[in-house]
Amino acid sequence: MAESITITPTFDVNEIRKSFPVLEREVNNKLLVYLDNAATAQKPQSVIDALSYYYSNYNANIHRGIHSLAEEATAAYEATRVTVQKFIHASYPEEIIFTRGTTEGINLVAYTWGRQNIHAGDEIIISTMEHHSNIVPWQILCEEKHAVLKVVPVNDNGELLMDEFHNLLSPKTKLVSIVHVSNALGTINPVKEIIDAAHEVGAVVMVDGAQSTVHLTIDVQKMNCDFFAFSGHKVYGPTGIGVLYGKKKILENMPVFMGGGEMIKEVTFEKTTYNNLPYKYEAGTPNIADTIALKVALDYVTEVGKSNAKKYETELLQYATEELKKIPGLRIIGNAKNKVSLISFVIENIHPQDIGVLLDNQGIAVRTGHHCTQPLMKRFGIPGTVRASFAMYNTREEVDKLIAGLQKAIKMLA
Amino acid sequence: MSDKKSIKETEDEIIEAFSWFENWEEKYEYIIELGKKLPELDEKYKKEENIIKGCQSTVWLVADYHDGKVFYQADSDAIIVKGLVSMLISVLSEHTPDEILNSKLDFIREIGMMSHLAQTRSNGLVAMIKQIKNYALAFKSVNAENIVQ
Repeated sequence: MAESITITPTFDVNEIRKSFPVLEREVNNKLLVYLDNAATAQKPQSVIDALSYYYSNYNANIHRGIHSLAEEATAAYEATRVTVQKFIHASYPEEIIFTRGTTEGINLVAYTWGRQNIHAGDEIIISTMEHHSNIVPWQILCEEKHAVLKVVPVNDNGELLMDEFHNLLSPKTKLVSIVHVSNALGTINPVKEIIDAAHEVGAVVMVDGAQSTVHLTIDVQKMNCDFFAFSGHKVYGPTGIGVLYGKKKILENMPVFMGGGEMIKEVTFEKTTYNNLPYKYEAGTPNIADTIALKVALDYVTEVGKSNAKKYETELLQYATEELKKIPGLRIIGNAKNKVSLISFVIENIHPQDIGVLLDNQGIAVRTGHHCTQPLMKRFGIPGTVRASFAMYNTREEVDKLIAGLQKAIKMLA
Repeated sequence: MSDKKSIKETEDEIIEAFSWFENWEEKYEYIIELGKKLPELDEKYKKEENIIKGCQSTVWLVADYHDGKVFYQADSDAIIVKGLVSMLISVLSEHTPDEILNSKLDFIREIGMMSHLAQTRSNGLVAMIKQIKNYALAFKSVNAENIVQ
């Protein structure tokens, strides 16, 4: 790693902050307060350096080259696969398929496993709190195959109605695709219970880990999910690199996705035989640089310690929740018992966008809108929310700035 | 005849007003005030066909054409966008289709509100300007047809 971090038994946010150069930036003449981490997290210097080092020193196409650069690049690329395997505790490195992100991972499953295994009359279960990326691919599949999409509702706190879920399960259920952590509410879903129950009726389970991977310890074996997808850029890594995990025995029997280089064993005009896992699903020259830098991001998280970060983020969540609740007319959307450090809220008679604009002028970055979860917004009867999402480098002082910024915005809009 | 100022004159007035503001708060308070003052669009006009959909906020736009001039009415569910909409209406309404089509709307840049026209804002404002000009173009062609007849 280009930059070493001090490992201390107690979590030191000031040390962490030093690793993220963008946090020193000013926006509208104020020190940036970045609270849009659920959209994308900022990058530590070591990740930025890894990208630059790759392009400056050993840029080469991987796997087939016999020259030194190609060997170095291949070794670094494959090292990331092993790091990801350990990071999510998969059984084999070949269960790790590199994608562009969570969306591509879900689509890959829909277009391969889905088209092979979903037939007329079969049922796919998702939930009301899914991101559009975990709705649309299944809708397309259901339309094509004349299958049925079933939706688990949520309660007023933004928690899945588990009784309803169990009622929806039947021998017709072929797939359950569920979000691990809601990007709009912060709710942590009981995926283990969902997976076990779905397996009971013989269904396969896909978990959308886009929001969970940065906050929670992921153990795909313990969870026993069949597929798990996440994006590198939400885990302090580069954009354009994501991961699809699939159980080896399922991946081996799945049809291919995209055809091209790398995914083949032998090509003749009569017949092409396909490469082994994971290369079968990595057609074309992959995103080498970002894959290599993803390892550095995951190493960074591991070095800080996920449980340290989680503990700190939970304290921050509690503090921010208490402070936000003091603002008159503010209503938090999503009050689940189990939440990650993310708060969605609305303020009486004020459009979320107006809040967003006035916070931005104070150097505070939040997200406003429907967060690509329109059915969920409809469920709560709102057009959108203001969402503040916290990472391990955010501080109580930044929460205070958010509160002061909100009070100022409300006063201006009153 | 009409005491309506030219597009350029109204733009210059807005630029002049903004030149007195010393900080962002004053600018936005002024825009918010404009948003509040703009009369709410009659419910009967708030129908699907008059909606200009942005990703986040909604803008309603209605246009009328008489005496060779276009008259616009608009509204938004977000107050800052509504304030910006109010400025656009005050600049462009009650002008001929040609005047509207030829306007460059440089005042938006001059008063430092260009960022609101950025794609990422998704506030319907860019689409609104386009629709304002589409109406002008439509009325212009109607006008041309009438002359031919």
